[in-house]
Amino acid sequence: MTLSDYLSVLFLLAGAVFFLAGTVGLLRFPDVYTRLHALTKADNVGLGLIVIGLAMQAESYASVGKLLLIWLLVLLAGSSISHLIAKKALQKGVRMWRR
Amino acid sequence: MEALSLLQWLIDGLIGIGLLWLAWRALFCPELFKAIVLFIAFGLLMTLAWVRLKAPDVALAEVAIGAGLTGALLLSSWAKLRDFDANKGMGVREKNRVQSEQKTKRPFFHWLSATPVLLMAVGLGYGVLQLSPYATGLSTAVAENLDASGVSNPVTAVLLNFRAYDTLLEIAVLLLALIGIWSLEIRPSVREATLDPVLDLLARLLTPLLLLVSAYLLWVGAHASGGAFQAGSVLGAAGVLLILAGWRLPLSLAGLPLRITLVVGLSTFIAVAVLMMLDRGQLLAFPPSQASLIIFVLETTATLSIAAILAALFLGSRPDHSEKI
Repeated sequence: MTLSDYLSVLFLLAGAVFFLAGTVGLLRFPDVYTRLHALTKADNVGLGLIVIGLAMQAESYASVGKLLLIWLLVLLAGSSISHLIAKKALQKGVRMWRR
Repeated sequence: MEALSLLQWLIDGLIGIGLLWLAWRALFCPELFKAIVLFIAFGLLMTLAWVRLKAPDVALAEVAIGAGLTGALLLSSWAKLRDFDANKGMGVREKNRVQSEQKTKRPFFHWLSATPVLLMAVGLGYGVLQLSPYATGLSTAVAENLDASGVSNPVTAVLLNFRAYDTLLEIAVLLLALIGIWSLEIRPSVREATLDPVLDLLARLLTPLLLLVSAYLLWVGAHASGGAFQAGSVLGAAGVLLILAGWRLPLSLAGLPLRITLVVGLSTFIAVAVLMMLDRGQLLAFPPSQASLIIFVLETTATLSIAAILAALFLGSRPDHSEKI
């Protein structure tokens, strides 16, 4: 294994940790707003780390570009949709969780 | 190598078990909304299964139509049902409870409908077990005739040339579904889409990209995964996104121009079929020298029609009538 392989493994594992944390948050957090918070962290940072890890193994710059494009599209869609869900929940009067 | 194949077995096993579990939950979930979400998750996992089976064409179609657009259609029907029930003073939750109570009272009908399904499952299982593990199916016949088909992607060759009538009938089914919905004269959802700056921006950013992807899928279908249905559903998704963001088809386009777009795919297909019948005495038998061009024309018109039909299905009512109410 070369250095880039080790770095890939490192980034992929870090990404997996973020996804795991996001999933646990989605399942365990008390209300819709905190769950969205957990989910978007997993989507944005976790996927970003995984894209970096995969980009190191890519065979051409074109596939690196495609991976980055996937990440950007997920960022765009994920953040917009969580905004829409949170807005709808506020409009419907879903209360925020208080300790 | 040993560890890698074990890992693949593990992933395939998880996908298989996950599919069965999601299907079970989607069917037996008493809450309609949850069932729809489970169905969408099922579609996404099914896509992964197709990818693992090395069938990227089916995977693309599954994710775009099975998970994406069908999910959107189901969710919009759910919203309409909810509005309908709210008008009648009965919440969805309450109605679900009543329905599930009714269901549990009639196990006889459950078994009556389950029997043919079970028989079919047993028959299919028996059929699969009877297959020779070494059969190549028709893939060698397709490979031998690929040069005459006008395209180099065997899937497109089968769908648009060797068995073009399959695609012809699929487009006819889609059009029939839309005619059925329009004939019911469902009242369009009166409430206007709430204008949201974020949704508006998302639609503005994604629509050009979806147009590009759709054109790419249409073009690449001749020699790689892609084709009319995939391109049409991506284009249809752009329409759904625009509808959600509050955009409506201008009334001047909602009459005849929309109807022409809806039927252009099917009518081109039928016209080509009749022409080939007159010219070569066989339905949809393309001359190899012109096959490439014919397939391109068929796919382009089919893409436009499929996109228009899918977006119109999502809207659920005739766009030229919605303004009158």
